[in-house]
Amino acid sequence: MAGDCSEEITHLAGTDLAIIKGGQGKPLLVLHEEMGHPGWLNWHAALARERTVLIPIQPGFGKSRRVEAIRNVHELGLFYSWMLRDMNLAQVDVIGFSLGGWVAAEMAAANPRQFRKMVLVAPLGIKPPEGEIFDIFVVTQRTPLNLSVYDPENTPEFAGLYGGQRTPEQFEAFEDARTEIARIAWEPILHNQSLPHFLQGVSGLPTQIVWGREDALVPVSAAQAYKEALCNTETRLKIFDHCGHRPEIEKSAEFIALIKDFLA
Amino acid sequence: MHIMYFTERPYREVPEDEVIKNRSFFGVPNRFFDREVGARLYNEYLDEAVYAEEMGFDGIMLNEHHGTPFCMGAVMNVEAAILARITKKVRIVLLGNPLPTLKNPLRMAEELAEIDLISSGRLVPGWVRGAGSEQIFNNANPAYNRELFNEAHDVVIAAWTRPGPFRWEGKHFTYRFVNPWALPYQKPHPPIWIPGVISPETVIWCAQHRYPYIGLGTALQSTVELWNLYGDTAMREGYTAGSENFGYLQQIFVAETEEKAQELGRAALFGGGAANFSRPEWTLPPGYNSKEATRRLARQASDYGFLGLTSEKLQESRDDHHGGDHHGKDTRGRLRRGEVGLEEAKRKIYGTYQKAQDGLQIIIGTPKSVLPKLRLIMEVLHPGIFGLFQAQGPLTLEQRMTSTRLLGQEVLPAMREIAKELGIVDPFERQPGSRPHITGTQRDSLVDLDALKRAPKRDESIRV
Repeated sequence: MAGDCSEEITHLAGTDLAIIKGGQGKPLLVLHEEMGHPGWLNWHAALARERTVLIPIQPGFGKSRRVEAIRNVHELGLFYSWMLRDMNLAQVDVIGFSLGGWVAAEMAAANPRQFRKMVLVAPLGIKPPEGEIFDIFVVTQRTPLNLSVYDPENTPEFAGLYGGQRTPEQFEAFEDARTEIARIAWEPILHNQSLPHFLQGVSGLPTQIVWGREDALVPVSAAQAYKEALCNTETRLKIFDHCGHRPEIEKSAEFIALIKDFLA
Repeated sequence: MHIMYFTERPYREVPEDEVIKNRSFFGVPNRFFDREVGARLYNEYLDEAVYAEEMGFDGIMLNEHHGTPFCMGAVMNVEAAILARITKKVRIVLLGNPLPTLKNPLRMAEELAEIDLISSGRLVPGWVRGAGSEQIFNNANPAYNRELFNEAHDVVIAAWTRPGPFRWEGKHFTYRFVNPWALPYQKPHPPIWIPGVISPETVIWCAQHRYPYIGLGTALQSTVELWNLYGDTAMREGYTAGSENFGYLQQIFVAETEEKAQELGRAALFGGGAANFSRPEWTLPPGYNSKEATRRLARQASDYGFLGLTSEKLQESRDDHHGGDHHGKDTRGRLRRGEVGLEEAKRKIYGTYQKAQDGLQIIIGTPKSVLPKLRLIMEVLHPGIFGLFQAQGPLTLEQRMTSTRLLGQEVLPAMREIAKELGIVDPFERQPGSRPHITGTQRDSLVDLDALKRAPKRDESIRV
């Protein structure tokens, strides 16, 4: 599916930001996870048939330079809000994965009108009532990647994540990503203690939460915590069985159908 | 020459198998800690420091590590405070306090001022970035390690030297009322020395601040390069560096006979020695090193032993990156995969004993047999400060004190003679940075390259 997208660097929100763009139609904002943009996958391609998929590369990752003023995930949300204003994107649909889901939730808490609909896929950001968020900072970099899928043998796209090639360049890209996430989310460990409170202020933003029951990085108990925090807006929760942290590749067909239906 | 006594104050009775199974001293579960052993050892180490003073050492060097039986000095300032009272004339040299892990550098300024006052001006504080594991243990954000180091340093110096009360509003620290009552005894503040394990950034920073730099057992060739980097930086800063700007730490164990020394000295390899200080994922938390440093480290990783990093462990980290499909011969990786047992791992560890001595990673022998090796190091590096590092491992108090006595009675006097002969001066004889550099002239030669040619090649994969 590679080649269906392109990467451009645009001056937005006070910095030169790399954005991956593919497809056509109404824009769909994708906020990537803490290891970076994993590559153009089947679900990207499927949604890109009807939507213009826009994936800003988080400052400090890849070709997007670090923005020192972003010192926590809430401020990363402020940055993306500024980016949306510069792009004249109002009431955009958003889908965020893991860290990207946390950022989307922070943005929704700050101003739910930025979005029309929101999809949160196994987001970080809320301390799970049961279990702990896996501490990605005290392990070697591939450990969280290896843990992110419940059944790698039967997940064809797993081997192709991040280009599949485990090159020195990718090693360095992961180090850059880990460094930037440590910088903004070292403590509390990958969550914001105030987020559940402020999510109660979200209204009029239909939200789809997606989780894998066997998620080894962000325990599924956080799914219910998110649903409870988003109590004043229409919220649906889908939990896939036999699925880890990446339902978009582990349950690809069901995931695509679910998202298409929700965003319709 | 300033000669210091140093021990890591290890918990010498940790089960060795647990360290090897854990592939690291850091992180051995604390259920293996026995309070009776801990109580005894802390007191023994204080007694040893007093004994070293009696045996003629000029300084007692302390260090700090957390969460590890490798070094029990988790709160070094507590030990320093006791030494301030129970010793008489030695310098109390702290190499060093891990500044980035402190949540409160103003309190650090207060603690050190108290120690300096109690000792009537015998304190030599020093700073480190802390090993990677210290960042994890203390929850210090590794991505801000260098910034935290710099700002904490500036807070301490300001608290000591700037008339209070004043406000401090930095990026990482805020104080609304800086006015510590007890200020250091030494003016304008105690002399500061910085230990290091080869990071050029640290060397340049030291030279800019005119702080002596102490190489922690680093390979002679790379140490020579760093000395020269320091000397060049000093010249640009307008002063001439000399032996007063440098120090070196050497692990050493002596006994009455060669046979006994060789038999007992093996203890230094206990648990894998410094090579097993930590695991790669704890040694290099995200952002701990600059991008440049990470790249450089990948090239010459083996000289980071005091941080617990060896080429073998870097390989392990890369294997993990490559999906764990590496089936090489390295023992750590095979131990992790369950392909070798503890006995084979131990054989591998102790099998490096002779090579470790050949490469001067550790010096073992009688006072007579260790001297030529010490002399060679002195000839190559001309260090004004020399730390003698008591061997690690399960040595008894008596064995350690015998080594200290023999060093004091026979080795120290000889080292002082050699220092005189080589024109080595220490930072108390000549203030570091006090000699202006005269523009247009060559700087002093800091090292002896001919002596370096005589130095043995070090097997970089071995770490003690």
